[in-house]
Amino acid sequence: MIYREAGQFKTTYRADQAVFPIPQDRVAMVLILLAAYVGIPLFASEYLFLAILIPFLILSMAAIGLNILVGYCGQLSLGTGGFMAVGAYAAYNLALRVPELNLLVVFLLAGGCAALVGGVFGIPSLRIKGFYLAVATLAAQFFLEWMFSRVGWFTNYTPSGSVAAPRLIIFGYVFRTPAEKYLLCLFLVTIAALAAKNLVRGRIGRSWMAIRDMDIAAEIIGIRPVQAKLSAFAVSSFMIGISGALWGFVHLGSWEPLAFDINRSFNLLFMVIIGGLGSILGCFLGAAFITMVPVFLNQLPTILGIPISTAMISHLEFMIFGALIVFFLIAEPHGLARLWAVGKQKLRLWPFPH
Amino acid sequence: MGPFIEVVLGGLLAGVLYSLVALGFVLIFKASGVFNFAQGAMVLFAALSLARLMSDELTVAHYLGAAAVLGLAVGYGVVAAWRRLGPASAPGPRVGWGVIAAFALIGVAVAASFGVRGWPGWVAIPAAAAIMGLLAVAIERLVLRPLVNQEPIILFMATIGIAFFIDGFGQTIWGSGIYNLPLGIPKDPMFLLESVFDGGILVNKLDIFAAAIAGVLVAVLAVFFQKTRIGRALRAVADDHQAAQSVGIPLNQIWIIVWTVAGFVALVAGIVWGSALGVQFSIALVALKALPVLILGGFTSVPGAIIGGLIIGMGEKLAEVYLGPTLGGGIENWFAYMLALVVLLFRPQGLFGERIIERI
Repeated sequence: MIYREAGQFKTTYRADQAVFPIPQDRVAMVLILLAAYVGIPLFASEYLFLAILIPFLILSMAAIGLNILVGYCGQLSLGTGGFMAVGAYAAYNLALRVPELNLLVVFLLAGGCAALVGGVFGIPSLRIKGFYLAVATLAAQFFLEWMFSRVGWFTNYTPSGSVAAPRLIIFGYVFRTPAEKYLLCLFLVTIAALAAKNLVRGRIGRSWMAIRDMDIAAEIIGIRPVQAKLSAFAVSSFMIGISGALWGFVHLGSWEPLAFDINRSFNLLFMVIIGGLGSILGCFLGAAFITMVPVFLNQLPTILGIPISTAMISHLEFMIFGALIVFFLIAEPHGLARLWAVGKQKLRLWPFPH
Repeated sequence: MGPFIEVVLGGLLAGVLYSLVALGFVLIFKASGVFNFAQGAMVLFAALSLARLMSDELTVAHYLGAAAVLGLAVGYGVVAAWRRLGPASAPGPRVGWGVIAAFALIGVAVAASFGVRGWPGWVAIPAAAAIMGLLAVAIERLVLRPLVNQEPIILFMATIGIAFFIDGFGQTIWGSGIYNLPLGIPKDPMFLLESVFDGGILVNKLDIFAAAIAGVLVAVLAVFFQKTRIGRALRAVADDHQAAQSVGIPLNQIWIIVWTVAGFVALVAGIVWGSALGVQFSIALVALKALPVLILGGFTSVPGAIIGGLIIGMGEKLAEVYLGPTLGGGIENWFAYMLALVVLLFRPQGLFGERIIERI
């Protein structure tokens, strides 16, 4: 009744190509952004920022990057953790060796480094497909993990192998409180989401999707697979790299290569799949789900007052997490974004059944 | 020359261990097109079940439960054999379930009479195999059947979910320490060909034992696939799902069988790996070692898994010894992947995989 596009006529091409063609969507988006930028910083507690909101935002950004590769271009990748590590260590080294650089520039350059590395590890995708490619991207994961733990230059020869990020100073302003850090992440994630949304609607996004749907057919209608695949790897790694830098600088503060191990890759892939392949909204939904479930599971025994040893909790967490993944895949293999689309369709017709 | 041969031989024997894990992957991928990431978790689960059933430290419930599962499996086997051999007197479904339940009860009763005591290997190994069979049935019923006809990536993700679940489940019920397998498999090193080389070649008896087991396993699998009715059905399904289904091969049963066989292979791999490293969580990570073997040999080829394992094992050892010192060590984590990647650039379907033909 309230939510429908009937009667909203588009009279210009601009209106037809808008990101949110329906005014209700635009209003909703403004409200969500207002809540995120103004509402949450006013009311959220420090714990909420540090344990949930900041990881959620950073991982959403990584999930957007991964979704471009897996969901839009159809190239299954298990090397996400490695590319995040590239971003984090590139940012660390840039900030360390060129201290006069603005931190935002450092993040962008770190993303650029990750894009380069991603492009290099994307080259096999021109020849290898499907699960063979997925396993081949594990080569990137293990090689990068090894490189950052064994090659001393990347960690500035710290004996422990763990590196600490410098203070977050951008244009002379020091980001100290969790709320400030949250706003920084939110700002970058907003830009990333907007950029991704526009990229996938444009020429390049359409060429990715054509490659995903059938690469030989795409090649025949004139899409260059080399450019399409490598650009997907580069753009995806760029975002993953920036999110890796944020993960290190904003969330962890100090880290070692283990922070970007293969479980990180799997986690991100879960987010993309549970959220919905080929959907920007899905990245946020999936990231929210996967970030929140372990926090929730961890606290469940305390809430219920069941005394269990911590080892047992972690095993049960594994079990429930695995079962939930399977359950969600069975309930809605196309992810939470599809659930949202179904709900929206219902809302369009409500209160009439047809 | 002696040290070089020693490295190569050690690598080949280590490669056999990787092949054992890769075999399970190949079986499932061939029969159902599922890339089963849970194979490593299954290896851990099988090894944990076996090691813990042979120890004395469990509660009565563990022994009784395992005995019930073993009884179920034996009962199921008896009923299936009965139906196959004497169709005239074959029991109906109700009697069949009754027989199976009776066997489970007998199992529980026998276990109860023994009380809390570790089982000998000849009981514990079939029990662990029965547990793997039950796991296969559960996976087929609860995960694969609802997800039938989904995209491969969804099924792959589901198997990662299964892997998480089995990892947690196994450690919840069996414990999460480091356990040894008291099967009496020799572990000490020995020298070969002392007459040919100065000092001979140092090999581990366990590795030779593993190689022998792998050989037997592959022979058994080959006979099973080539000579039995079920094996023929499995090959038909692997060739063409729809054609197999249209001539009356029940896909669901085939999946249960193939996951059970993969479970048995996991048990064998678990025995060997568990004897080598001790039964502990890190066994689940051998799956990551088996992946490059898989892509090198090809997802669909059993000989590929064996030869891929040998190549990877040998390459890894050679690289560790001759390249490791210059690169700073620890390269075994990624070297196998790089080796497989280079091979894939020339043969995208792996060395022995079926040629990928693409049509519009």
